[in-house]
Amino acid sequence: MSDAMTALATVTLLPPQGMVTLRADLGDATVRAAIETATGHAVPDTRSITGTGEAGLGWMSPDELMVFTDREAAPALAGSLAEALAGQHHLALDVSDARAVFLVEGPGVREVIAKLCPVDMAPGVFGPGELRRTRLAQVAAAFWMESETRLRLVCFRSVARYAEDVLTNAARPGTAVGLF
Amino acid sequence: MLILTCPYCGLAADETELSPGGEAHLKRFGPGSSDDAFTGYLFHRENPRGVHFERWRHSNGCGKWFLAARCTVTLEVFGTYPAQTTEPPAAILDAIRAKRPDWEGRA
Amino acid sequence: MSTRLARGGRRIDRSKRVEFTFNGKRLTGYQGDTLASALLANDQMLVGRSFKYHRPRGVVASGPEEPNALVALGDGARMEPNQRVTTTELFDGLSARSQNHWPSLEFDIGGLNNHVARFLPAGFYYKTFIHPRPFWKHVFEPVIRQSAGLGPAPKDRDPDVYEQVYAFADLVVIGGGVAGLHAARVAGAAGLRVLVLEQTAHWGGRSPVDGGTIDGQPVQDWIDATLQALDGMENVTLRTRCMAAGIYDHGYMIGYERLTDHAPAPGMPRHRLWKIRAAQVLSATGAIERGLSFPGNDLPGVMLAGALRDYVVEYGVSAGDRTVVVTNNDDGYRTALALKEAGLVVPAVLDARPEATGALPEAARAQGIRVETGRAIVKVMGGKRVTGVGVGLQAGEGSILEEIACDAVAMSGGWSPVVHFWSHTGGKLVWDEAQALFRPDPARAPVGADGLPNQAVGGAANGALTLGAVMADSHDAISEVLRRLGKTVSDPAPAGDAPAEAPLHPVWVMPQGAGHKLKSKMWLDYQNDVKVSDVQLAAREGYESVEHTKRYTTLGMATDQGKLSNINGLAVLSDALGAPIPQVGTTTFRPPFTPISMGAIAGEARGDIFQPLRRTPMHAWHEAHGAYFEPVGHWRRPYCYPQGGESHAQAVHREVTATRTSLGLLDASTLGKIVVKGPDAGRFLDMLYTNMMSTLPVGRCRYGLMCSENGFLMDDGVVARIDEDTWLCHTTTGGADRIHAHMEDWLQCEWWDWKVYTANLTEHYAQVAIVGPNARKLIEKLGGMDVSKEALGFMDWADGTLAGIPARVFRISFSGELSYEVAVPASRGLEFWEACHAAGAEFGATAYGTEALHVMRAEKGFIMIGDETDGTVIPQDLGLGWAISKKKADYLGKRAQERVHMTDPTRWQLVGLETLDPNERLPDGAYARASGTNANGQGNTQGRVTSSYMSPTLGRAIAMGLVLNGPSRMGEVLEFPTVDGRVLSARIVDPVFYDKAGEKQNV
Repeated sequence: MSDAMTALATVTLLPPQGMVTLRADLGDATVRAAIETATGHAVPDTRSITGTGEAGLGWMSPDELMVFTDREAAPALAGSLAEALAGQHHLALDVSDARAVFLVEGPGVREVIAKLCPVDMAPGVFGPGELRRTRLAQVAAAFWMESETRLRLVCFRSVARYAEDVLTNAARPGTAVGLF
Repeated sequence: MLILTCPYCGLAADETELSPGGEAHLKRFGPGSSDDAFTGYLFHRENPRGVHFERWRHSNGCGKWFLAARCTVTLEVFGTYPAQTTEPPAAILDAIRAKRPDWEGRA
Repeated sequence: MSTRLARGGRRIDRSKRVEFTFNGKRLTGYQGDTLASALLANDQMLVGRSFKYHRPRGVVASGPEEPNALVALGDGARMEPNQRVTTTELFDGLSARSQNHWPSLEFDIGGLNNHVARFLPAGFYYKTFIHPRPFWKHVFEPVIRQSAGLGPAPKDRDPDVYEQVYAFADLVVIGGGVAGLHAARVAGAAGLRVLVLEQTAHWGGRSPVDGGTIDGQPVQDWIDATLQALDGMENVTLRTRCMAAGIYDHGYMIGYERLTDHAPAPGMPRHRLWKIRAAQVLSATGAIERGLSFPGNDLPGVMLAGALRDYVVEYGVSAGDRTVVVTNNDDGYRTALALKEAGLVVPAVLDARPEATGALPEAARAQGIRVETGRAIVKVMGGKRVTGVGVGLQAGEGSILEEIACDAVAMSGGWSPVVHFWSHTGGKLVWDEAQALFRPDPARAPVGADGLPNQAVGGAANGALTLGAVMADSHDAISEVLRRLGKTVSDPAPAGDAPAEAPLHPVWVMPQGAGHKLKSKMWLDYQNDVKVSDVQLAAREGYESVEHTKRYTTLGMATDQGKLSNINGLAVLSDALGAPIPQVGTTTFRPPFTPISMGAIAGEARGDIFQPLRRTPMHAWHEAHGAYFEPVGHWRRPYCYPQGGESHAQAVHREVTATRTSLGLLDASTLGKIVVKGPDAGRFLDMLYTNMMSTLPVGRCRYGLMCSENGFLMDDGVVARIDEDTWLCHTTTGGADRIHAHMEDWLQCEWWDWKVYTANLTEHYAQVAIVGPNARKLIEKLGGMDVSKEALGFMDWADGTLAGIPARVFRISFSGELSYEVAVPASRGLEFWEACHAAGAEFGATAYGTEALHVMRAEKGFIMIGDETDGTVIPQDLGLGWAISKKKADYLGKRAQERVHMTDPTRWQLVGLETLDPNERLPDGAYARASGTNANGQGNTQGRVTSSYMSPTLGRAIAMGLVLNGPSRMGEVLEFPTVDGRVLSARIVDPVFYDKAGEKQNV
């Protein structure tokens, strides 16, 4: 796992990530086709992510996706999504600046999350491909694993410092629990 | 500390991911309603010892409201279901009756 | 005397000496000692004083049930009171102090209580200090407080760190004794995810002390082999020093792991709180030995028989050279045999039963130990330490037949299963008459979310008290758990073998015929000084319920929560009431099993991360410019920016004046911004707001009020129509999340067929209010948009670019001045804010905070949610009738506002208030006096102050308030009594104090 001198994981605040919030009837075939054409990614299943956190689609709720793209491209993508969905009831807005994104990286990444979120982080229960919205200590957050040792976490911008602090605190050297 | 399964994301969610919203299946009364009907809607709530229907929101999750049928004595959960209904679905009622044959139905 | 023996001690390493101090005295022990064993090894039998009578108290137990030996551990900020020495592992440098005495442990003035004990019976305080009433607060309470309390509270901030972790398991096994280990191995082999929690530092429980074999192996060998097997299972997690603290609903559990208490490591987490979800829980928590109630049973040196045995076998420590064993069961003989084996003297075993012919009594006789049956201890000699016992007949009244010199007494009154966890979530108990104990009733088990049993109990915790029974019962319990989880058991039941034991004979009072005098020397609860006589008194006075008796006598209310005293006290009560024990019932065990630290409960939530602070994109600028922050929800907003030596009032004065005369800048990023879009969005907003939003033209803004369904004003803000089916709703700073949730609630649960989507964009934008006569000039200087009166009129909005930054400009005003609110992407908020300051320098651009904002809105008579509203105020009370649509058939709150009380013409109405003395500010919340008194004799009122400020603009105090018939009483003077006894007079005026015609914002 990790020794007494190294952190369970490193916590890095990533540069601004383009994000478009998209609300529409995800069960509608026309809507799905329009989204897939406009973004180049498959509409994700419940609680999952297609593509990556840099370019992809994250499932937020039955009628809501988060579209990940370049920061600069986000306003235009919101526009093209709106165009693609014209005639369908929808909402597509650039929300890139509303959130902060962290990369949590290291062998103890599962444990860092297990200290802060009421989520079963055991391998086999949670793994890459799944996107989890939950509570990180006292704030709302969403995260997904990119690999066994890499996890991306999103929270609101105003609480970015808090999120970074609690993640770093949970990852302090010598605090491995030994669960996973 | 309950666990309730969010019918939208399928997660067995910890109570700390949820927000409670009081009794389910209230019928709204607006302008033109009688004082009695409106008072009932605004203030009167069931407080049963036993089967109860309540509203929950997966607030630290998908953000959706859902409904739960629960025993207030044993905390047994008979089922959860989407909020877009005015009555508990048949499957939920069947699940309750299977466990509580004496249940007399919603007041 | 108590001392370290030359041999023995399975837990200690005699090659590693450990230094520690007790009351400043330097002492040594060995690695592996508990503080209790080390103190006893140093002949420190006296360790504290009792709570009520300050009687001398010594170690009585060897585990978490210890009621007496509580000390203050550590020094300075790390001092922690009421720590049990029996569960404190010794480490180099440990420092302990005894508690509850003055001036010293050996000589304690509070011990005087002891001599007046007969005047301090149960309920003494309740009865004595009731009258006269006023005396309680000023006379009795201060004196009682002085002498009350167990140990001092630490005064400094705890320097240690703590953490928490969420864990999930198919099965949590509580207790790592032989029953628990077997269950874990079976469950592990079946492929379950198993978590085993053991509160001590070692596995195996007390079985190795008691002896016997499992599957033909000595107990310790079996433990070692089982542990090895468990270590090899990836699906099994083993934790020592991790106590199950409590079980709650749906399999939620708290575990309390003590990481560094035994080896302090500053900076490392001291405790870790485990928040566990378990599908099934198996309690293999063993049993706790009961004492016997004989006169003088609280003297230091009188100990539980099992504890004496533990100290000898585990730590090589003897409590005394000569130990009299008094018992009502066969297990007590194990102690006699263990002491004898260690070379100590056992002058006699006094067995209360008429005969003792089991294997263990016979073994004792074979060892030459004198066994007397039908005997009782009727007196204990000694002061701070046992020097001998008087022996009498158990069936008698207390005559001394013989005195035996001894320096320790080992008492065994039988064993009580640890049923705490079963009880935590409502599992019921049955009274086992044969063994005289409560054990879990399998027919009334705690249930989980599916309504099916989610707990099982195995081994001694289930009333299986001999090794053979323990192993068989553990196997039955884990088999049942596996069946519930759909697994099958592959392992066979292990065979435990130990000498058979004859039934115990319940002994609740010793001797049986003791009179009152003797009964008032028989202690049940050592810490709280509750005696047999107290419980009997309670019964005589009518306390028939065990719960009432507990509270009246304080039996079982000490820090050990009745682990020793519960059953004995209950039996005495049952006898006094003449009702059988199961009918009297037992008190309910509640979490935590033993006290856990506040630090563990707080976890990481302390210091900078006590709670999330929400920061705007300009937060760092505010900090750098001396902002004094105030909390608004979780946000921190600048209240004002004191410059140089300014007071807050001076800073606010300067900020208001600068804004009104030239240019002020406000960070308004915290305002909620919610987009509402869809074909039914207009219809939806018409329901949500009291006024009409569907008719708002694209490009325009409108101030709106939002009420809850009960009619009360809950939020306000400006709504902008973005395009044909999109609106942007501004909410108050604290309201964004709440209002967004409110919208989603109605959309999801009531009008789910309406086509409306919402999105909370609050944090995507930074928002700056540019306010004052020079506001337009500043924006023109930033360049990029035409914000002239003609292009962007009052209550218009437009998209564009300012200073090269994409911007949405709303021409709205909350100050009465010419004002623009500019929203830019949050990532460019600071850049825009600084651009405004740079460009505004020539106009003396001044950052202003929330207090200046408040003052300016009050000067204009604008209401503030949370000041003018408090959850009981409707818009009509605030003169906001103009913002309530008369045309709409419905909106949230409309029906409620038609209720009789809401239309009552005597509801208090909003007015302005001017103190007759312009320099005297009305206190917030002050009430206006009316004549007469109400039914409670309190003075009548006719209004109250909702907002009050010193107005720099008007050079006087101004206030707003709600007053009976206020708007029709202009010019009347009201009296406002203040808390400090003065009365301020204020005149009712129009709430708009400044620029009544609204000309300044409309230029």
